[in-house]
Amino acid sequence: MDAQLGEIILLSLRVSATALFFSSLCGIPAGILLGLNRFPGKRLVIILIYTGMGFPPVVIGLLVYFLLSQQSPLSALPFLPALFTPEAMILAQIILAFPLVAGFTMTAVQAVDPALRLQVMALGATRAQAALAVLRQAKNGVIAAIVAGFGGIISEVGAVMMVGGNIEGRTRVLTTAIILETRQGNFQTALALGLVLLGIAFVINALLFVLQERWQDA
Amino acid sequence: MKILYHIDQLRQIYQGRTVLDVTELSIRQGEILAVVGPSGAGKSTLLRLLAFLEPPTEGKIVFKDHEFTSLISEMPLALRRRVTLVFQRPLLINTSVRANVAYGLRLRGERDHSFRVEQALREVGMEKMANVRSRTLSGGEIQRTALARAIVLQPEVLLLDEPTANLDPYNVRLIEDLIQRLNLQHGMTIVLVTHNIFQARRLAHRTALLLDGKLVEVAETGRFFENPTDSRTRAFIQGEWVC
Repeated sequence: MDAQLGEIILLSLRVSATALFFSSLCGIPAGILLGLNRFPGKRLVIILIYTGMGFPPVVIGLLVYFLLSQQSPLSALPFLPALFTPEAMILAQIILAFPLVAGFTMTAVQAVDPALRLQVMALGATRAQAALAVLRQAKNGVIAAIVAGFGGIISEVGAVMMVGGNIEGRTRVLTTAIILETRQGNFQTALALGLVLLGIAFVINALLFVLQERWQDA
Repeated sequence: MKILYHIDQLRQIYQGRTVLDVTELSIRQGEILAVVGPSGAGKSTLLRLLAFLEPPTEGKIVFKDHEFTSLISEMPLALRRRVTLVFQRPLLINTSVRANVAYGLRLRGERDHSFRVEQALREVGMEKMANVRSRTLSGGEIQRTALARAIVLQPEVLLLDEPTANLDPYNVRLIEDLIQRLNLQHGMTIVLVTHNIFQARRLAHRTALLLDGKLVEVAETGRFFENPTDSRTRAFIQGEWVC
């Protein structure tokens, strides 16, 4: 079980960390764009993001399942992963975390005094430099956005179960393993896995908190 | 005197409301132009347009043969960097005074800037506070740091929005002296927005009155105060309610 547990933990971390990385890579710029600019259809985009923030993971799982299944006309696209692979789980988690990261980043950017951007522009900043200046002021909120994104995916079970299939040695992660062990009546193992999951969440959130504090003092 | 800015049929409209409507105005190179007027007259909007921070709704601003119109969302960076605006409520970055003053230079990719920064700090009398964190500064010190942050860039045009509002007489005197020095010694063109007509009289070569977004009168400062052509100017100078 020890080797298996190590594998499960590593896969959980790999899937969630990769998903968080890509959702932050897209979500932070999207949040900045929404927070700083006006464009036609912005309200609709914001409503969609808010909806995405509360979207049931199992529905995301269902959508990704259909997207990757043989019935989908898009399944032949070369960059789409196959079903029941860690990559499929990563894709589902990116979709889950993206609205959380983008939405909270947007709110953090909107909370920065709008005069700051103008004042930085008045000192000769390019648009990108001005956006970066706003982002620096909003950094605590951006870290909170990343924390929210991480929280949304590390504890998520519906989507990864659906597109990953909980295959032993391939797609089994901590949350799906907890469900399996509970169903089999191995409550102690399930509880131990739950504690491991809590421990991971605690350590990562503590690291992000320390980072937030250091940035605050910088 | 060479014309630096020429404003032609300029209108700025926010959500259907015209906040600025200036038919014509020229700003000469090397002059101090004071823009006076009551609150909400469009003075700050004029400064934002002169700093090319927002395009005009209608009309154009010609600066060094470059036109700035509603069709041009952004002036070339090199031109924009010749103009610096100090806001009425300057926002400083939460770091040292020195780092704040160096900020604009860093945006320009200039690394070896310590001499210029020290010089700018001396100009505003903040050299002893260079390492103090900006969040601990008083209103006057914030304003002086913001001025140092602007003048360190050695702009061709310095736009000042109420630079001495709510400051004590010591800080007012210090900033007024600096404005005169920048103009006399460096030939800097300065557009000064102020409520304080006495300050306009003390500092400006020419003074303009903005009322309800419209330019009522612009004249040499002596004539503006002693022999204004418009009755509204006379009333404003005498402290009467004008609209």
